[in-house]
Amino acid sequence: MFAYMLRRIVYALPIALSVTVICFLLVHIAPGDPLSAVAPVDAPTEVIEALKRAYGLDKPLVVQYGLWLGRAVQGDLGSSVATGRAVTGEVLGAVSNTLLLAFVAACLGFLAGCAMGGIAGYRSRSVLDRVVSALSVAGVSVPHYWLGMVLTIIFSAQLHWLPAMGAGPGGSGAWTWDYAHIRHLILPAVTLSVIPMGMVARTVRALVADVLGQEFVQALLAKGLTHRQVFFHVVKNVAPTALAVMGLQLGYLLGGSILVETVFAWPGTGFLLNNAIFQRDIPLLQGTILILSLFFVALNLLVDIVQPMLDPRMRRS
Amino acid sequence: MRPFLRTVAGAVLAAGLAVSGQAFAAPPLRIAMTAADIPLTTGQPDNGFEGYRFLGYTIYDSLINWDLSSADKASGLTPGLATSWKVDDADKTKWIIHLRKGVKFHDGSAFNADSVVWNFEKLLNDKSPQFDPKQAANGRGRIPTVAKVAKIDDMTVRITTKEPDAWLPYNLSFIFFSSPAQWEKLGKSWEKFAYAPSGTGPFKLVKMVPRERAELVRFDGYWDKKRVAKSEKIILMPIPEPNTRSAALMSGQVDWIEAPAPDMIPQLKSAGMAITSNVYPHTWPYQFSWLPDSPWQDIRVRKAANLAVDREGLKQLLGGMMVPAQGQVTADHPWFGHPAFKIKYDPAEAKRLMKEAGYTPEKPLPVKILISASGSGQMLPLPMNEFIQQSLAEVGFKVTFEVMEWQALFANWRKGVKDPGSRGGDATNVSYAWQDPYSAFYRFMHTKAQPPGGFNWGLFSNPEYDKMLDEARATFDADKQNALLAKVHEKMVDDATWLWVAHDVGPRAMTQKVKGFVQARSWFQDLTPVSVAP
Repeated sequence: MFAYMLRRIVYALPIALSVTVICFLLVHIAPGDPLSAVAPVDAPTEVIEALKRAYGLDKPLVVQYGLWLGRAVQGDLGSSVATGRAVTGEVLGAVSNTLLLAFVAACLGFLAGCAMGGIAGYRSRSVLDRVVSALSVAGVSVPHYWLGMVLTIIFSAQLHWLPAMGAGPGGSGAWTWDYAHIRHLILPAVTLSVIPMGMVARTVRALVADVLGQEFVQALLAKGLTHRQVFFHVVKNVAPTALAVMGLQLGYLLGGSILVETVFAWPGTGFLLNNAIFQRDIPLLQGTILILSLFFVALNLLVDIVQPMLDPRMRRS
Repeated sequence: MRPFLRTVAGAVLAAGLAVSGQAFAAPPLRIAMTAADIPLTTGQPDNGFEGYRFLGYTIYDSLINWDLSSADKASGLTPGLATSWKVDDADKTKWIIHLRKGVKFHDGSAFNADSVVWNFEKLLNDKSPQFDPKQAANGRGRIPTVAKVAKIDDMTVRITTKEPDAWLPYNLSFIFFSSPAQWEKLGKSWEKFAYAPSGTGPFKLVKMVPRERAELVRFDGYWDKKRVAKSEKIILMPIPEPNTRSAALMSGQVDWIEAPAPDMIPQLKSAGMAITSNVYPHTWPYQFSWLPDSPWQDIRVRKAANLAVDREGLKQLLGGMMVPAQGQVTADHPWFGHPAFKIKYDPAEAKRLMKEAGYTPEKPLPVKILISASGSGQMLPLPMNEFIQQSLAEVGFKVTFEVMEWQALFANWRKGVKDPGSRGGDATNVSYAWQDPYSAFYRFMHTKAQPPGGFNWGLFSNPEYDKMLDEARATFDADKQNALLAKVHEKMVDDATWLWVAHDVGPRAMTQKVKGFVQARSWFQDLTPVSVAP
């Protein structure tokens, strides 16, 4: 098991390095001048040149990459071109908000998805199954931002039940688990949970239906186990794949919530990334993408490590 | 029983006081801005004029402020931290500025000639300890002619310019004064100063959460007693997404939103919101290329384009949220003058001019316009451009668009038509602000303003214009200067040097509880008379 984990970790390293190269280069390929958003349009040329030197944008790309990677390894992602604030602090602050949102959305999505998928799998080909399948297809297909806007129009603008934007009365630094704050989380979390819910429901439904059809289930029933006892065997067989799907989905939730966070002005990485893109804030953009990508790599690693614990067959393979 | 009664009476009284206290505590004014982050709070804000509007003229003052008290006339300059300013008659590069006495920064330190010199050094002298590259980037371009600022006595300074510049007072209106004492106290750190800034303005910042909120409270010691704020507190929130801003207003999370999407306005009105708007120094144009092979070299073509656009139809498309443009500035402005060429919708005359130039709808003149899909001040660029494309097609133009990302289009504006990024465009569609003569005319029409010297994107060059603009810049009498600028403008319109389409009207939506707001004809607005009814 230890050798397996070590191997997985070693495999992850070149992936992480490629991630740094790609996210460094991607932002340089995009059109537009990184300083145009920082310096006003009528800033004199010498000010712009001085800013370029100050941010190291006058050096060749390879040198810029080397310097950036060297600092990044030490936890210093530079400072934002637009605000002058340290990127590491900015991104970590935003990551904590995104983690909060993604975690709540993932729990909602996973629990609802498992419940729906389980019911549909047990009642395969029934009306209930069809309803659940339709709901999960809708969940996967509905655009996040559209659903977010619809929910906002209904629950904020019309009914005045829930706030339309923001992370609570005092801003994100002052988050506490009281209703005044939680009510800000409800709409974005529900919006964000719909896709993983659909994915998990579809996966679990297929797996449950498949497992129930296998001979060992018949054997267990024939041996006199109750349905409840058999259910635990089904769960054990379904869990590794469902977890793998959820692990990937959590990765998407962390990075893919740009639109949802923008619609709800939720101060997470998606909101930060959106601003950084529009402001051409290269250090901020690189830092955010890097941290999100590394999260994704780490999550996959975690899933790779957890899966064989649940399913010993995988260790042998 | 007595102690019991006393207790009950005390409890009732306390509850009553608490309730009345709640009832009389004025609610804060909560404003949703379009910016994606809190504009820079250290002195010279970023995020364009929205930054100046909310984190500039609120926390700070300029030597010369804008008079934002009227909705009926164009906003002009008014004394701020300077009580008077005058150019030296013998040497027109030297200005004597008399400072206001008794002004205090929010931290209690005194405003004087030393603080003025210190703040100019902050922007202009990169060897000074207080030099801030970020503020310099935002502020230096606004004072291109300032060479030196020197103290004469405690309440007088002398500003020396590189060349005679009668527009200096306008330029000075964009320079704010941060407290040197507060900067020293915070360990000479602009980063810390951003969280606890100190200016002389009517509001002081008490809390800032980047990208989420800035909280300003009234500064009771403000020097202009007529402008002591009515609101005790203002909360500014950056909400870049227009639909989210509208939803936040309708759900009661904010009291005031900037720039609601035009298609949301009817819904906001039906929800009982007040929509305010007023014309301000903004123009939405096509700026022509003047390269030798440009289709706009022919004045008949330029005039035809100006006569072909149905601006009233466009106004309908925007739900009434624009003013049809008749020139570089609005028709009621002192710089408009009396052009002979009247810009209006006259497709028959446009067709005639195009035919004379050799083009008809069947044999159209191809023109390529650089446009963006969105962007600050660009209004609704895609539907507006498609509308104009249709209008121009009817008189003999074949308009194609090169749709660029906003930042790319904006960056290209500075680089000019010859830059490869212009992709062979014959005109560019970047809207502009024109509150001062440099912004309205010089930076577009003077030969010296060709890139990288300014925004003369199309490389326009005409010695007659250069001479008139130089003369206006060297005329220190305000009335005479205005008359000269009106002559420049008359000539621009008569030569049809641009295609002028629309002026934005800066729509805002607010709840009926917001009282006292007067929407000035300016990019900036005065928040001091505004309050929120409980």
